[in-house]
Amino acid sequence: MNSLIYNIKQGFVQIFRNRGMSLASIFSIVAMLLILGLFFVITVNVNLFTEVVKQDYDQVEVFLLDDTTKAEAEELMSVIKQQDGVSAVEYRSKSQALEILKQRWGESGYMLDSLGKNPLPASILISVDSLDNAGDVAKFAGTLEGVDDIQYYQETVDKLTKITNFLQIGALIIMIFLVVVSVVVVSNTVKLTVFARAKEIRIMKYVGATNWFIRGPFLAEGIIIGVLAALVSTGLISLIYAKIIDAIGPQVLAIVSSPLIPVGYMTSNMIIIFIALGASIGAWGSIISMRRFLDA
Amino acid sequence: MIDFDHVTKKYRTNIGLDDVSVHINKGDFVFLVGPSGAGKSTFIKLILKEINADSGTIKVGDFVVTDLSNREIPMFRRKVGTVFQDFRLLPKKTVFENVAFAMEVLHKTPRQIRKQVPQILSLVGISDKAHKYPDELSAGEQQRVAIARAIVNNPAVLIADEPTGNLDPNTAWEIMDLLEQINLRGTTIVMVTHAKDIVDKMNKRVIAIEKGRIVRDEQGQYGYRGEENFE
Repeated sequence: MNSLIYNIKQGFVQIFRNRGMSLASIFSIVAMLLILGLFFVITVNVNLFTEVVKQDYDQVEVFLLDDTTKAEAEELMSVIKQQDGVSAVEYRSKSQALEILKQRWGESGYMLDSLGKNPLPASILISVDSLDNAGDVAKFAGTLEGVDDIQYYQETVDKLTKITNFLQIGALIIMIFLVVVSVVVVSNTVKLTVFARAKEIRIMKYVGATNWFIRGPFLAEGIIIGVLAALVSTGLISLIYAKIIDAIGPQVLAIVSSPLIPVGYMTSNMIIIFIALGASIGAWGSIISMRRFLDA
Repeated sequence: MIDFDHVTKKYRTNIGLDDVSVHINKGDFVFLVGPSGAGKSTFIKLILKEINADSGTIKVGDFVVTDLSNREIPMFRRKVGTVFQDFRLLPKKTVFENVAFAMEVLHKTPRQIRKQVPQILSLVGISDKAHKYPDELSAGEQQRVAIARAIVNNPAVLIADEPTGNLDPNTAWEIMDLLEQINLRGTTIVMVTHAKDIVDKMNKRVIAIEKGRIVRDEQGQYGYRGEENFE
């Protein structure tokens, strides 16, 4: 316990006494974490988008001809319900359809009021067990009387899934690459610090310091630098992200019907990941860079 | 206290030490003299286990230095104080911190450190400089700090490698007085030097090394002309 406090104290003292070097280290980790954070924000939002789209679109929407009566519609619904893979059916009238669109547009919904006649058709919403059944159900519904058009999103969702998988794998590879690069950058920066203090390390060994005793303050220094960099970059990314959300504005987001992860949620998760990442980059970097100075 | 038993150390081209056997008693004050490159540094480095002997056995106190593993070296070094020509102080620590560091290495408590460091600083006569950094001190003062650091843990042996090499004659004598005081407290001292007048006046045991062999071992004189480095 005593030596933990000693190491942390020495770590801070070393950082302060080698301000220039420490700033350089913090700077390079911040740069790496900013790029990482960019990918992090993009990936998380794309994931969310895909999830939302998938949830929305495990449905087949059957649009009815305008002259179809409610009774005819109900008859159709009972036939469709018999089909394999159909979990629920729901009737949506013309006015309901308009109401939903209005809601979705939110503050811009008033624009719909200027429409003279409701152009939206009534429809039957078919929920399917899984998206794989959507094709068959849609094909069957197409043969029924009174059906105007059928919309389902299997292909779209398949494409979207492919794209997001590709994005995720790509982002993962780039992230791993960046982590490796930052460890190399940091270990080189810390190596400069260690190199500048090679004489000190030799002196410490003359006095009888064990390797872990010598390593302790340098390790603490690396970890503190990493954590500081994590805090700075999380702060910066949160600021930038909040600005971007502001700039896009809630109306635009509502119209493209895609939510974004809220800033607070993003920050609270990112800060944990970044601190862990920054601390390990710092620790790893200082251990690597000290290795050859501690031999013999 | 220090025993060399048929110790040989060869470098790639030249000989460091050639079959050297010597015994230094507890409480001795020994000068190690000889031309540059004769093997004095090899002798010191072998004692500190900075390098390993090719053959032979070296004992320092209870430690068989030649058998120490890398893990055991720190424990051994804590029993041996070292002072060098270039002082080797930690430049970013104050005088107090430099001396305290040697105690921190031994996991001494802050209370012990606060108590003992001022005592040692006053013993070597630099109490008033406790919160200065090494580069704010004169050469003689820096060497005093180095000596304070070397003896703060009460080592049985003090190795001094040309401790007066960078000092003017007056300061050199002050340092020698200090070393003699420390010797009188019971610490064995091995000092490498080229300073003829110091060796002559101190009248201690003198071991002369040439070409890796001990050529003379007797009480008294430096035995070489002047202070030239034989180069």
